[in-house]
Amino acid sequence: MSFAIECNLLTKRYPSQKESSPAIEAISIQIPEGKLYGLVGPDGAGKTSLIRILASVMEPSSGSARLAGFDLHRQAEKARKSIGYMPQAFSLYPDLTVLENIRFFADLNGVPKARRKERVAELLDFARLTEFTSRRSENLSGGMRKKLALACALIHEPKILLLDEPTTGVDPVSRRELWHLLSRIVQQGVTVMISSPYMDEAERCHTVGVLNQGHLLISGPPSELEARLPFQIIEVEARPRRTLRDVVVASQDVLAWHAVGDRLRLAVADPLEAQQRLAASLDQAGATTSILRQARPTMEDVFIHLVENRGGGA
Amino acid sequence: MSRENAVEVHQLTKKFGSFTAVDQVSFIIPKGEIFGLLGPNGAGKTTTIRMLCGILLPTAGEARVLGFDVARQAEEVKKRIGYMSQKFALYSDLTVFENLDFYAHLYGVPREKYKARLESLIEMAGLRGHEKERTTNLSGAWRQRLALACAIVHEPPMLFLDEPTAGVDPVSRREFWEMIYSLAGQDVSVLATTHYMDEAEFCNVIGMMYDARLIALNDPDSLKSDLRGVLLEVDCESPGQAEKIATGLPGVIEVALHGVLLHVTVEKETPQQTLKDTLASAGITVRRMEPVPPSLEDVFISLVEAESRPRLREEIE
Repeated sequence: MSFAIECNLLTKRYPSQKESSPAIEAISIQIPEGKLYGLVGPDGAGKTSLIRILASVMEPSSGSARLAGFDLHRQAEKARKSIGYMPQAFSLYPDLTVLENIRFFADLNGVPKARRKERVAELLDFARLTEFTSRRSENLSGGMRKKLALACALIHEPKILLLDEPTTGVDPVSRRELWHLLSRIVQQGVTVMISSPYMDEAERCHTVGVLNQGHLLISGPPSELEARLPFQIIEVEARPRRTLRDVVVASQDVLAWHAVGDRLRLAVADPLEAQQRLAASLDQAGATTSILRQARPTMEDVFIHLVENRGGGA
Repeated sequence: MSRENAVEVHQLTKKFGSFTAVDQVSFIIPKGEIFGLLGPNGAGKTTTIRMLCGILLPTAGEARVLGFDVARQAEEVKKRIGYMSQKFALYSDLTVFENLDFYAHLYGVPREKYKARLESLIEMAGLRGHEKERTTNLSGAWRQRLALACAIVHEPPMLFLDEPTAGVDPVSRREFWEMIYSLAGQDVSVLATTHYMDEAEFCNVIGMMYDARLIALNDPDSLKSDLRGVLLEVDCESPGQAEKIATGLPGVIEVALHGVLLHVTVEKETPQQTLKDTLASAGITVRRMEPVPPSLEDVFISLVEAESRPRLREEIE
């Protein structure tokens, strides 16, 4: 089987990390063509280091990677033609207009003159920036800048797109719009790797890799990772809040719990029995229960479970 | 003002020249509640918080915090509140302990309370053993906990948090909110602003701001159940093609690609089997189709769309 992105035991140790643990360590990933791969993890997990290596803007300390079939060490030039890369930091020229920026990236990536005009128009339309072509990029809103950066990364019709936290710091309306664009790109057959600190974005990917402290803790389709959790989730809301907490803390059924607003999410082994017993206990304690139901586990549950069971060290 | 409310805001408005930053906003925060003010950048959240902290004078309307009028009794307000901003105002060349010490003096924490208070804050923030570390060497999550400790050094009954957990990982974020809850349990009231909708899930009551106005005010569950229709999450072959097929089917309100999944909003009485059958007859295998609770982001987007449609029409006419 051919993979669009394939890396083997990638490790990156920066000069400042001679003694301490490396930025990423022994990362191996295989992503088939046309798939959307989500790389999630907290700040400092190593997401940016990994993406920079795959984008071939940085060499690994050890390990190897192939993108679109080309070895990044020996055939970096060829690989780069197939890769679109959107760094986390603003990568555009602030004093150039939207159109000038796109054209600049087209020339930089060797888009043939004959194709350039058509491709630029396509992307402007795709990112809904056609009305803003003559606006300087420094005067664009945060969301529009991200869309322009995305358009620039796509200018040479790459087969692989690497996106480093494109939605961080973006407001909800723009975040939604960016995801609509990404979903379309995946539908066109492009292989996409996206990093994100938001667990809800992981749910929308074919495959998710959870990165923490430089290590890939787990990877797989989100529904599989969620199903593999050794517990199930129930949600409960009741007043008074104090009584609810007392009941939950005292319950033998509850393996772990945390609050989400007024609701408590409980990890239990047997959701049906736990619900029955909790309902009875809450009733006995004089609480008024407004919610008591089984809930779907989320990628956030997966993440917290993985990280907490590592005891902080790794 | 009721003794049960920490904050009462009535028709609060702020204009900068001809620009209206906050437009007739009204809400209350009962004591011990955690109120989340949500909205995109530029919606007016920070201007609202600044008026409530007594930093910025309202153009019209009024607001009372802990019973004090923010316009006429700003000094009384400032003494009694804690404020933590996204750009944690810590001295990076000072140690953890020196920062706490600095804020304790700034807020005039009485000498007899001082030692016990600092000890309990170091304990609460999980900074025991790190008292002598320079702030600049702390990770984001630790700096955030220290900033919270500094903001509450004078035991304020009202706490304002401006985008408190931006860039902090889920585990640390939960720990942070656990601290906020335990404060709320001691009758501290909290107002937090954020544009991260998942963070908003942690609040008891939510006000959604858009374009200077408050466009919704309710608890998270009610906001979600007020949404029209049922949100179905569909995992199927060729979601792009499925999107085209589902669009325009009877009973279908909205269809949108959601990464590799498809989100279809249908009227509550529409049988889901119809959608499944239609997709199947087009040769699309549906692996999973189930109703999912909408996120606060879904709620917000739908409200914003409802707001901006009539306004667009106005502009065209």
